[in-house]
Parts: sequence; structure tokens; C-alpha cells
Amino acid sequence: MRVALGRIAIARSGDKGDTANIGVIGLVEQAYPVLVKEVTADRIKRYFNNICHGEVERFELPNLGALNFLLHESLGGGGTVSLMLDAQGKTFAATALGLEIDVPGGVLEACDRVTAGVASGRPVGEEGHRG
Amino acid sequence: MAESGRKVRVASGQGFWGDWQEAPKLQVQHGPIDYLMLDYLAEITMSIMQKQRQRDPSAGYARDFVDLVLELAPDLVERGVRILTNAGGVNPEACREALVEGLRDVDTGRRLRIATVHGDGLMERLDDLLAEGHELRNMETGEPLSSIRDRVYSANAYIGAAPLLEALGHEADIVITGRSTDTALTYGALAHEFGWAADDWDRLAAGVVAGHINECGAQAAGGNTLLDWRGVDLVRPGYPIIEASADGTFVVTKHPDLGGRVTWATVTEQLVYEMGDPKEYITPDCVADFSSIRLADLGDDRVRIHGVRGGPRTDRLKVSIAYHAGWKATGTLTYAWPDALDKARRADEVLRGRLDDLGLSFDEIRTEFVGAGACSGRVPEFAAELPEVELRIGVRAADRESVERFTREIAPLILAGPPSVTGFAAGRPRVQEVMAYWPALIDREAVERDLRVEVVEAA
Repeated sequence: MRVALGRIAIARSGDKGDTANIGVIGLVEQAYPVLVKEVTADRIKRYFNNICHGEVERFELPNLGALNFLLHESLGGGGTVSLMLDAQGKTFAATALGLEIDVPGGVLEACDRVTAGVASGRPVGEEGHRG
Repeated sequence: MAESGRKVRVASGQGFWGDWQEAPKLQVQHGPIDYLMLDYLAEITMSIMQKQRQRDPSAGYARDFVDLVLELAPDLVERGVRILTNAGGVNPEACREALVEGLRDVDTGRRLRIATVHGDGLMERLDDLLAEGHELRNMETGEPLSSIRDRVYSANAYIGAAPLLEALGHEADIVITGRSTDTALTYGALAHEFGWAADDWDRLAAGVVAGHINECGAQAAGGNTLLDWRGVDLVRPGYPIIEASADGTFVVTKHPDLGGRVTWATVTEQLVYEMGDPKEYITPDCVADFSSIRLADLGDDRVRIHGVRGGPRTDRLKVSIAYHAGWKATGTLTYAWPDALDKARRADEVLRGRLDDLGLSFDEIRTEFVGAGACSGRVPEFAAELPEVELRIGVRAADRESVERFTREIAPLILAGPPSVTGFAAGRPRVQEVMAYWPALIDREAVERDLRVEVVEAA
């Protein structure tokens, strides 16, 4: 199903100089392969075309079920040089969650249970799972 | 898994200069902790402190920290809590003096030992370092520092745990540093307590991960979380506490009777915050591999982290340099429905036309329409119906006069501009100095030879 990334993931963003980072975290274990397939560096670059003037790098963190994106040349020079309202890219995470992706129904259902507070989400197969 | 063996608890109390003042008090007073780490420094903070010190030689540190300790001192002694902080900024000595002076009027029951770390500041020997061949090239552009040398405001090396270990070895109750890394304020305490070797890369890396979780205050404990954010009690959040074992595994938690929340989600969100290449999280003491982190949510606001791997430290330290890069100002006006966005756009054209007519030249003019996609860079489809839009226009220039002149061109739009405008109550925009950031690397030996620790007892 075609849904917004925010249905299956949460995210957080921050800055380092003129580069913004966006970490995208799957709500359940099964969401991670979907993220890997759907949320490519190229798609993030196109989605942020009005903000990101440099390249986008992607790093994989399977242990955390997360992807990390670096958006270069995206903060108007960064730090106090920048004239941008969001000079530290703090809101980029929320924006990224609007990206539309294809998600298998089962994964979506499992994620919706987490959002609804019925299941606790991501870590499985370890001693800490309480879902 | 059973949790056995001695635990050391390092609590986070401040994530930046200006963070919630009640947090460190709650951390000390609402349950057992061994260490309180207080991070006051961001990339730009050092240059702000340097400017304050230029105006007043006894300034240049986080004054808030002194007030906090004076209030907390009796509790710290009674509960045996030690503090690690980088509140010293560009003037750890003055920070200590203010603290010692203030403590004269506080009954703490016993004398407090206060250590300061000196030598991260490179400003006074910058020319010597350049003469010795340390080029301090910009890590991003490759330019040598000589191209902006005359505009440098502050230069500090990021230093690691060694001086903290020395200070704690002298039984300091409070350690005040300058540009210690944020993470060292946590892993320094753990390395001291558990006696981790300087080349025990995996344990040090685990400490770095713990430090990364602690360094942004509430951000690891429900602040900014996107998962069920409505459900988190943020009125009185408990900031994160690292409960570490000698083997480098640790549990992230918080005091049970405070708000906030610690789950796999809140901790993972903080783990990816400001992340670069996860396999190469470089610190002065090791290179941590964040892709090795294993995380388990134990429930009841307890998240366990284990499996962290690290690699050898690099032979260079990062240097944070701030330099003058001109002036800027930002003005705002609000336009109301109907056609709020079009009115704001028209006002922008008018203003830019007037700036052209004045013959002013700027390095950059940036216009954003707040309420119509300023954060996302995406104009909503229903833009025509927006109830109001804030025009936000900023300029930056090498000369102050041009920026000054710009600040006088906002108000005229109230009468001589498009209709339905308001929001000028705050008056003319303020002209701000632009302080640019110049990240560089330096041989660690050039810094470490001058690091020293001083310990004094407060009467």
C-alpha cells in the first residue's frame, strides 16, 4: 500500500555545519527491510530538492532498524551564518516522514498497532522484548 | 538477563547552555546517582563566551552553573554526588573563582574539592602553532587557517577523558573543564570508576554511546519523541540516567517518580541525532561504531545497551574555531487571509526593489514564508486559503552599515505595502554579528603537552 513514511517509522534530525542528518527508525523489526528498499538516498534527495543543494549519503544500521541520511549543503551555510528559520534542520525529520512509500499490508498493520499503543514495537528476539 | 555487579549511575542534568534549570536539581534530589554530567557547550557557544570574556576578563563561562551548584552544594555532599561539567567555557579559572567565592556563604558540612582543566584553549598560542606548521585547514573546504587568521574569535581543541581521570583521581567533587567533548563528561566518570584501560576500545566506545545518550538532556527521555508524543509527561521530565556495569554494558533509565519516558524509541531517536557515519563516531579517546549497538527494551523505563565495539583513537584532535564572518539581521511581518501568501510574496518583491534602489549589496538575502512551507521547503496545495503567513526576510553582508540600513526598511511596509499586515510590535530587527565555524584537526601532542589540572578546596 502507498502510505506516508510516518506510518511505519519515526525519525530525528540535527546538524553538523552545513550538513543535516536525518535518522529514520522503523517502528517494528519488519519495517527495516521496507525502509532499505523504499527510502533510498536518491528519493530523499528528490524529496528535499528545495532544501538540499548537495549530495545525499545513506548509512544502514540494521541493529537499530534505522537508516541515517546526510544531506549536504542543506542549512544555508550552517550555524549562525545561516539565515534559515530552521538553521539546524530540526524539523527535517518530520518533513521526511511525509515521503510516500510502498508498504506491505502486514508490516503496515504491525506498525499501526505500535502507533495505537497496542504493541510496544521494534526490538524483538532479545531478552527485552515485551510486545 | 540478570543484572549483577557494581553499578555506576551517571545522570544527565543539562543538554545545552539555556536548558531547563530544574532538571539537575531533580536528578540529585529524586533518587540515587553517583555523577551528574552537565553539558553547556555547542559549536557556537565558545565564541559567544569568548566575546563576553573580551568585554569582561572575569566572564566567559556558564554563570548558570555557579548558581546551580551554590543551590545544590549541601545535597551534593549529603548524597555523595560528583559533578563533571564543561561549564568552564573559555574561562574555567573564573568559573572556579566565582564558585569558590559563592561557596563561602554556603554551609556544606565539609570542604569541596574543585578541579579545573586548562589547555584546550588555543587562542593565545595560535600563531605559535601556525608557525610550527600546524595549518589548521578547514576540514570541509581544505583552506588553511591563515586565510581568516585576523578574524578568529576563539579556537579550542576537543579534549577527552585523560584530564577528567586525573581530576577524579585527586578526589575532586566537581570537575570544571573548557572544551571537553560532551561524551567525555559521561565516559570519563565510567572509565574512572571501573578503571578501564586507555586502549580498552570496546568499553570506551560503550561509554561514548552512553555519553551520546546523556549529552542532549531530555532528548533521550521523551523530549522531542515522535512516538506517542501526546502521551509523554513533559512538565517535569526525568532526564536520562546511565546505570553502567564494569563490562561496558549499561541501562538507560530515569527516576521513576518524574515524568519523561525511556523506551527503545526515545533512546534510538537520540542515538541517531546528529549522527554522521555510524561506523566512525570519532572522539579523542576512541572511534565508536554505532552500528554495533544492541538495544533491548526491558520495560518500566529501562533500556539496555550492549555489544558496542570501538577502535583505536586517532592521532589528531578536532579543533573548533569561530571567526567573524560579517553581519546579519532578520525581519518579520504577518499577512492575513485572503491570499495571505500572495500578499507576503508581493511585500517581499517591494522590499527587494527598495533594497536595489538603495544600491545595497548583500552576500545573501533569504525570504521564507512561515506557515507556507518554510520548514519543509514544500508549499502546501491549499496555500491560497492559509489564514495567515509570516514573511521572514534576512540579509547578511560583510559591512554592518548595509545590514543596519536593511533593518529600517521593514517598518515602512506597514503603510507603504500590501494590505492586511500586522506583527511589527517587536520593532526594528536587531543586527547580529555572524560567527562562522571552522572545524580543523591538529596533532594531539600539540595540545596534550599543555593540558593541566588544578585542584583547589573551597573554604
